[in-house]
Amino acid sequence: MRQMFDSTVERLFADLTSPAAVLACEDGPWPQAMWTAVEESGFPLALAPEALGGAGASWADVCGVIRLAGRFNLPLPLPEAMLANWLLGAAGLAPASGAVSVAGAGALRLRDGVVSGEALDVPWGDAVPLVVAVAGGAEPAVVLLPTGAARRRDGANVAAESRATLLFEDVAPVAQAPLPAGWPVDVLLLGGAMVRAAQIAGALEGVLALATAYAGERVQFGKPIGSFQAIQHQVAVLAEHAAAAVMASEAAFAAADTRIVRLQAIAAKICASEAAGIGAGVAHAVHGAIGFTHEHSLHLSTRRLWSWRSEFGSASAWSQRLGRAVCAAGPEGFWPGVTDGRFDTLQEQSA
Amino acid sequence: MSIDQFTYSPIPPEAEAIRAEVRGFLADALADVPPTRRAESWMGFDARFSRRLGERGWIGMALPKRYGGAEASAFSRYVVIEELLAAGAPVSAHWFADRQSGPQILHYGSDAQKDFHLPAICRGEQFFCIGMSEPNSGSDLASIKSSARRAGDKWIVNGQKVWTTNAHRSHYMIALLRTDPDSRRNEGLSQFIVDLSLPGITIRPIKDLTGASHFNEVFFDDVALDAGALVGTEGQGWAQVTAELAFERSGPERFLSSITLLQSLLGAIGADPDALQARDIGRLTARLVTLRQMSLAVTAQLAAGRNPAWEASVVKELGTSFEQEIPELAEALLDVAPATRGGGEHARVLAYLMQEAPSFSLRGGTREILRGIIARGLGMR
Ligand SMILES: Cc1cc2nc3c(=O)[nH]c(=O)nc-3n(C[C@H](O)[C@H](O)[C@H](O)COP(=O)(O)OP(=O)(O)OC[C@H]3O[C@@H](n4cnc5c(N)ncnc54)[C@H](O)[C@@H]3O)c2cc1C
Repeated sequence: MRQMFDSTVERLFADLTSPAAVLACEDGPWPQAMWTAVEESGFPLALAPEALGGAGASWADVCGVIRLAGRFNLPLPLPEAMLANWLLGAAGLAPASGAVSVAGAGALRLRDGVVSGEALDVPWGDAVPLVVAVAGGAEPAVVLLPTGAARRRDGANVAAESRATLLFEDVAPVAQAPLPAGWPVDVLLLGGAMVRAAQIAGALEGVLALATAYAGERVQFGKPIGSFQAIQHQVAVLAEHAAAAVMASEAAFAAADTRIVRLQAIAAKICASEAAGIGAGVAHAVHGAIGFTHEHSLHLSTRRLWSWRSEFGSASAWSQRLGRAVCAAGPEGFWPGVTDGRFDTLQEQSA
Repeated sequence: MSIDQFTYSPIPPEAEAIRAEVRGFLADALADVPPTRRAESWMGFDARFSRRLGERGWIGMALPKRYGGAEASAFSRYVVIEELLAAGAPVSAHWFADRQSGPQILHYGSDAQKDFHLPAICRGEQFFCIGMSEPNSGSDLASIKSSARRAGDKWIVNGQKVWTTNAHRSHYMIALLRTDPDSRRNEGLSQFIVDLSLPGITIRPIKDLTGASHFNEVFFDDVALDAGALVGTEGQGWAQVTAELAFERSGPERFLSSITLLQSLLGAIGADPDALQARDIGRLTARLVTLRQMSLAVTAQLAAGRNPAWEASVVKELGTSFEQEIPELAEALLDVAPATRGGGEHARVLAYLMQEAPSFSLRGGTREILRGIIARGLGMR
C-alpha cells in the first residue's frame, strides 16, 4: 500500500503544485479545483475505516503521503482532513464529505446537544465547511461542526495559509459520538503534531534537494560554491536534521496503531520543529540573495517550515510537557521509559 | 536519497525479550558501583566483568555458534549493548573486540585466525585495540607510514601508532600498515593482527586531560610477524577499514556516552522542574528517542549486509552533538559547580563527563571528517 500511495501522490502533487499555483493560494480564494483533484484521489478518506466508506489504511501507510504534502507545499488541508476522518472513524462516525479541517486547540463544550466555545487557529477555517473537534462536557465527544454557524476571526500563518479562529455559540453538531473510552481529549493536538512533523520532514527533504542542486550550479571564485567546505558542512548539518525529522516521523506513524503513541508523536514534533529552524537557516544561507526573493521558490518551503514548527504545539511547549513527565519518572525511571516508549505521567496529563 | 534508508526498524520481540534478563544481571552486578564510576562506562576497564559477560554469552553475540557466538540477531546485540551503556557498565576491556575486531576477523580473517581468536573473544578473555592513527595521520588516515615488509615467511613491522586506546592492557592490536613501500595514499595498505607481547613493541601510556591513561603510543621496532598475521587480502586494508568504520560509527555508544550525567541531572533537578529545566530535559529525551530509531535503522541495514557508511556518519554526528550537549545543559540548568574532589556525586559526574566530552567528536572520526562524508554522499564533492 505504502509504495502505491507514495507514487500516486507524488504524481498528483507534482501536477497540482507548481510554484505559481502555490503562490496563487496565498491569501487567495480557496482553490476548489485543486481540492477536487485531491478529493477524487480518495486520500482524504484514506484513514477512515472501510466499513464507513474509507480506505482503512494505517498511519504507517500514509506517512509518505503526508511527507509529500509537505515536500510539495500542498496548500490544502489534506493532512488535516485525513486526521479528521481518522478520528470520526475511530468514534464510529462516517467520514465528512468534502473539505474538512481539525480544531487542535481551544475550548469547546457540549451541553444539551449543542456546542459552545472557541476553536483556535483552525487550518483553512475560513474555507472548509466542516471542522472536527473534541468537545468537553460530562463526557468528551467527537463532534463534526459546521463552520458556517460560527463567528470567525480570520488569521494566517507565515506561509499565508488561513488559520481562522471559530467562535461557536449553541451550535448543533452535524454528527457526534463519545470519544472512545480512555482516549485523551487532546488527541487532535497530538495527531496534528504528528502530522506536522511529517510535513516538516517532507519540506526539509525538498529544501535539502534545492540546496544541494543550487550549490552545484552557482559558481563563485571560479568554482561551484558546493566545493567550498564551509558550504558542504552547512548542507551536511541540514541533511542530518532532515534525516532526524524523517526518522522521527516514520517511527511515530509506524508505532501509531489504532492509537497514536504519545512519546513517539511528541518526540517527532520536537525534533522536526528543531530541524525546521536549522534547515530553513541553512537553505537560505546557501542560496544567498536570490533565495530571499519572492521570485525564487525556496520561500514556499521555508515559510511553511517556520509556520509548521509552531503549530499544534511548539517544540518548547511539547518539550516542557515531556520534560515534566521525565522528571517525574526520575533517574531510575528514565531509561525504562525510553525503552518502553512511555512515561506514565505523560499519558495521564491529558487523559 | 540516502535519507530514505532511515526506515522504521523496531526491535523485534525476540530481541526485546533479553532486555529484562540483562537489566536484572546488571542491577545485581553493578549494585555497589557509584555513579562516578558508571560515568566512565566505555572507558571503564574490568576484565573480570568482561569474563562474566562472556559466560553469559553477551560478547560476540552475533558470531556463529561454532566460534562461541550465539548467532543472535544484530538487534539482540543492540539490546545488550544499550543496556550495558545505560547502566554505566565497564565495557572497555572487551569493547573493541566485540564491536570491531570480532566481526572483522569473521569477515576477512583466515580459518586459523577465526578458530584461534573468535572463541577467546566470545569468552571475554582476549582484548583488542585498534591501531589506525599515527602522529602525522589522524583525520588523514590514508597518509599512514608505519610499514610491514616481507622478509621470507615473516612480516617485519616498523613505525609508530598513537592514541591507541587500551594498547597497554590488550592482547592484540589490529593494525593498519603500509605493505607496499612505493604506494601512496590508500593503496598498498593492509591489516594485521599484532600480538602485543612480541619483542620490539614498546607501549607508553599517554595521560589524558583528566590525568587518567586510556590511550597510548605504540612503537614497532623490527617486530617480526608470522605470515598468518595478515588479515584479509594484502593491499586491501583501506576497503576493509572503511567497512569496519560503519560498525564503529552507528551504535548506541555514539549517543549514550554521557547518559549517566543525564540520569544524575534528573536526580539533582528532582520531580518538580522549572520551565527551563523541563524544556531542556524534554528536548534531550525527544532527541534520544529519535537517535535510537536512527541507530536501529542503521543496525537493520548492517544486518541486511549493506554498507550504510553515510547513514552511520549521520548518526555519529548527531549522536556526539547530543552527548556533548548534556554537560553543557547540566551546567546551564543547575547552579552546581563541577567538582573533582569533594562536592556531591552529581558534581563529580559532571566534572568527569565535562572533561571527557571533547573526545566524543574526535574518537572514531572527527565532526569535520563526518560532515565531509555526509556532503560527499549528497553529491557535493
Ligand atoms: C579518546 C580517544 C581515543 C582514541 N582511540 C583511538 C584508537 O583506539 N585507535 C586509533 O587508531 N585512534 C584513536 N583515536 C584517534 C582519533 O581517531 C583521532 O584523534 C582522529 O582521527 C583525529 O585525528 P587527530 O587527533 O590527529 O586530529 P587532526 O587530524 O590533526 O585534526 C585536527 C582538527 O582539524 C580538523 N581537520 C583535519 N582534517 C580536516 C579536513 N580535511 N577538513 C576539515 N577539517 C579537518 C579535524 O576535524 C580536527 O578538528 C582516539 C582519539 C581519542 C580522542
